Amino acid sequence: MLDFMVEGTGNMKIAVLSGKGGTGKTLVSVNLAAVSKEATYIDCDVEEANGHLFFKPQWIEKEDIAVKIPQVDKKLCDGCRNCVNFCKFNALVYVNDELKIFDEICHSCGGCILVCPQKALTEKDKIIGIIKKGISDNVTIYTGVLNTGEPSGVPIINKLLSEKNLKENKLTVIDCPPGSSCVVMESIKDADYCILVAEPTLFGVHNLKMVYQLVKLFDKPFGVVLNKCLKEDNPAEKYCLENDIKILSKIPFDNELGTLNSNGEIVANKDEKYKKIFSSLLNKLVKEVQNEAVVNP
Amino acid sequence: MKQLLILSGKGGTGKTTIASAFIKLSQAKAYADCDVDAPNLHLISGWNSEPTRSDYYGLQKAEIDLNQCIQCDQCRENCRFDAIKLDEVYKINPYACEGCSVCEFVCPTGAIKMVPAVAGELMLYSDKEKVFSTAQLKMGSGNSGLLVTEVKKQMKSAINEEVKVAIIDGSPGIGCPVIASLSGVDMVLIVAEPTVSGISDMQRVIKTAVGFNTKIAVCINKYDINIDNSNKIEEICNHQELDFVGKIPFDSEVVKIINSGQTIVDVDCISGQEVKEVYEKTMNSLFN
Repeated sequence: MLDFMVEGTGNMKIAVLSGKGGTGKTLVSVNLAAVSKEATYIDCDVEEANGHLFFKPQWIEKEDIAVKIPQVDKKLCDGCRNCVNFCKFNALVYVNDELKIFDEICHSCGGCILVCPQKALTEKDKIIGIIKKGISDNVTIYTGVLNTGEPSGVPIINKLLSEKNLKENKLTVIDCPPGSSCVVMESIKDADYCILVAEPTLFGVHNLKMVYQLVKLFDKPFGVVLNKCLKEDNPAEKYCLENDIKILSKIPFDNELGTLNSNGEIVANKDEKYKKIFSSLLNKLVKEVQNEAVVNP
Repeated sequence: MKQLLILSGKGGTGKTTIASAFIKLSQAKAYADCDVDAPNLHLISGWNSEPTRSDYYGLQKAEIDLNQCIQCDQCRENCRFDAIKLDEVYKINPYACEGCSVCEFVCPTGAIKMVPAVAGELMLYSDKEKVFSTAQLKMGSGNSGLLVTEVKKQMKSAINEEVKVAIIDGSPGIGCPVIASLSGVDMVLIVAEPTVSGISDMQRVIKTAVGFNTKIAVCINKYDINIDNSNKIEEICNHQELDFVGKIPFDSEVVKIINSGQTIVDVDCISGQEVKEVYEKTMNSLFN
């Protein structure tokens, strides 16, 4: 462990996002947490949670996450099909004198229970994934993992971001899923500041535009980290300059960094020059969030 | 028609780069981009014409008529998605609303109605020879799986002659859009990346695909950035008896080629040469 950890982060909550996958969200999130004196790292990318592969934490708590799904008492069901007609997700069908329930399609809205005149439907828990809490040096890690075959990680993300995980007086870094859909919105809704990570490709720019719109819609203060920067023209940088978007940091494309990262190493803990990149980014974020508090108290 | 779907688990491993090369090499008559959350294939597929656009309506969303609302709180109490808040008056958050219509059902005064909502846009590029179906989910929308199904439907309905192969670019992850894209395809090609994250995500997407009764093949992109990890991926494939169809080296030219709107087989480069071999093996496996 190297010295000079960044202090004074207070309880600020930073969300790290990018439209496109593979731009370096986890690299930025993990290393920001690592250079802070004390931090909580929350991995909301529940379909492909990878932060723990870098921290290799000692797990101290595990919790199954369940959703409610309906079950039918066949003796009570008289085949009225009210539930089938009500369900907007088509999760119930009545065939061969029997009600069938498709768990994977069910959104757990509880509507079928409400409309059943025979009270033939009740709810049971179905486990869709797990949340684990672990410790690695100065960082507390929360990671959510969606079970394969399950369609939606939103209930896990909601639980991950529940107040008990966010209220502690230290830096919180939220590693978001890719894209700009509802799961990303869930992940950024409590953030004080958003980092958009972009790579220097045509694809990177196209997807940066989408998350840029998302953070504007939510009125979140934000800045961009340009990752994998090459000597050539950087279309993502050009887009930022044209739209007056703040560039917080430029991380160069670097074989050594790539190799360390591909082996699951936290680069800031391995080399002073990488530590510098992320601690100066974190210092900048502290200032940005303070300014924001003055301008928009 | 055989349908080949390209997936990866982890984002950014090279799905679209490889899909665009395959489309060129096969002179595909039909192809689609099912990454409706962050579509990119249209940026390098060389269409000069404008697509036919149509609105995609997801599920309806709740709207509340405050004149009829008696503030009984039934809607808020019964909403499982925290989409209804009392802030002097009752308000519905359209981003949180999943369209289940429970609130409409429980409202005693009929103040809540379900109304149609645009959740994205479908685009269809077509000429005499080929069709390309793609879509963009509206920011903050859910239910991307339904839109993925629409993209595939749109592609199929636009094909009028005998088409041998359709190439479908998928989305990262293992959730709803991936599951929707897997349904009905003949083969999945997984583009793996030799990083600890890439391996972990590859294993999760394999597990997801196994349930779909489709052939599964794996290739490695940028294999030489970490040879040990690449060997591990090959071992996993051997162990699970999955088709291993080759590896593509890291090539610094790729960024330049993609940024010029071309595919890696349009230019003479090492990744372009190697992807041809991956393509041949994949097609052999798909048709045998």
